[in-house]
Amino acid sequence: MNLLKRLMKDKMAVASLSVVAATLLVGLCAPFIAPHNPNEVNMELRFAGASWQYWLGNDHLGRCVLSRLIYGIRPSVLYVLAALAASACIGALLGFAAGYFRGKVDALLMRICDCMLSFPGYVMTLAVVGMLGAGLENILLAFVLMKWAWFARVIRTAVMQFADADYVKFAKVLGAGHMRIMARHITPVALPEIAVVSSSSFGSMILQISGLSFLGLGIQAPHAEWGMMLNEARSVMFTRPELMLAPGIAIIVVVSAVNFLSDSLQTALDPKLMTYGKPSKAGMNTILPKLRRKEVA
Amino acid sequence: MKVEGVYKSYRQNGWLRKARQQVLHNISFDWQHGECLGIIGESGSGKSTLGRLLLGIEKPDQGRIVFNGRPVTERSVRRDAISAVFQDYTSSINPFYTVRQALMEPLTIARQAAPPSEDEIVKLLVQVGLDGSYLAKYPHQLSGGEAQRVCIARAVSTKPSCILLDEAVSSLDGSVQMQVLELLKELKDTLGVGYIFITHDIAAAAYLCDRMLIIKGGMIEELIETKHLKEVQSSYAKELLQKIIM
Repeated sequence: MNLLKRLMKDKMAVASLSVVAATLLVGLCAPFIAPHNPNEVNMELRFAGASWQYWLGNDHLGRCVLSRLIYGIRPSVLYVLAALAASACIGALLGFAAGYFRGKVDALLMRICDCMLSFPGYVMTLAVVGMLGAGLENILLAFVLMKWAWFARVIRTAVMQFADADYVKFAKVLGAGHMRIMARHITPVALPEIAVVSSSSFGSMILQISGLSFLGLGIQAPHAEWGMMLNEARSVMFTRPELMLAPGIAIIVVVSAVNFLSDSLQTALDPKLMTYGKPSKAGMNTILPKLRRKEVA
Repeated sequence: MKVEGVYKSYRQNGWLRKARQQVLHNISFDWQHGECLGIIGESGSGKSTLGRLLLGIEKPDQGRIVFNGRPVTERSVRRDAISAVFQDYTSSINPFYTVRQALMEPLTIARQAAPPSEDEIVKLLVQVGLDGSYLAKYPHQLSGGEAQRVCIARAVSTKPSCILLDEAVSSLDGSVQMQVLELLKELKDTLGVGYIFITHDIAAAAYLCDRMLIIKGGMIEELIETKHLKEVQSSYAKELLQKIIM
């Protein structure tokens, strides 16, 4: 709740969070919100313009563009979020183990991460798709396989910074268990970094899945996906540009909102800023002298 | 507390070489309940490593450290018997904890049952010269002296018999250093708590400690009572002593 209150003080965070939350909600409730069946072909309405019945018009098969845009949230955003959550959880688990316990566990896990990270992400994704075949599930699987190592590496570095802090040593002296130390002392301080890398990764994963679907490697017809909608509208991009603009703008808006939210999260999760609110140019000028004055005992 | 023939070394970085750097050699001494023992040495002498071993958060390569007859590495041994105050007051308190939470934690862990009352927490703050207005503050809202006082309140909260002070006053400026040393002396007299005071500042150690263990290069140079400090034998101890006289 405190995090939400702090986020609410930042206008950009409120706007970004609203966009992301609304997108997720619309995606989840797509069957109730979409005005038409997204896969319903109606050749009489082929390339029809916007009307009261079809707000964003119809595509090359006469399907409702708005309904396809709404259903497209599911593979483009919701399934990507699930893949991100899976890779972040695996990465966090291994990153915590490596950064906290160090030693042989750390050495072994990091060498595995080195192997995984030595391949370029796109090449590995294409290799997985090449082996398992095109399809959304295979791309999501490739994302999880590729991203966990990156998460593990970043989270391990964050955990290592804090595992040596004196308050962690103090908790050990008191006889606190490893789980308590990780839950109470390391997770809260490592969380801002995890949140920032996860949210920035979310944006890039949305772009990647749209890119791969644009190339025809992602979700297969007739299902709707933003990247595939872009590809389908490619042949009429000069005569019916709105067919490309709709999914294009949706991608830009969602990815921008995720990136802005990532910045705001970093600020909101910083304990040094949480008691003073969002630092403005004038704000920092008043806060810093206060902090400096207080440092002088 | 009994320290018997303790050795400690660390592996040096490197893929091919497996060299180890010996940090402590054959350290043996004992600490009596209620006394203040100073461990004096310059940077790199191994005193902080010795501190970590005494706190039981690291294990010696050889030898043993026992508290009331049981190894300090056992969590249950040190739970409410040993505590610590560290040098860096900025990293001694979880930045996400308020003073209230920081003071509640040791009591919650030690009791493993009902959380402490607000009065109990305020009493701890009063004991170290602060008051209830600090309860809702975060560490970065405290000055160095205030933060170190909170750390001391946290350390005495479980009523331990031994508190290890690892360079606890070194990062404070002169006047605050003196105030904290006086507070530690007062707590020693009123609570009957004993200290192991790790420092490079022999003057601060002479003010607080009953005995001093002088170490150099990971080895004990001399163990002497503070009242007989002028009778030190080793040249290194004489050199350190010269600094106070000057």
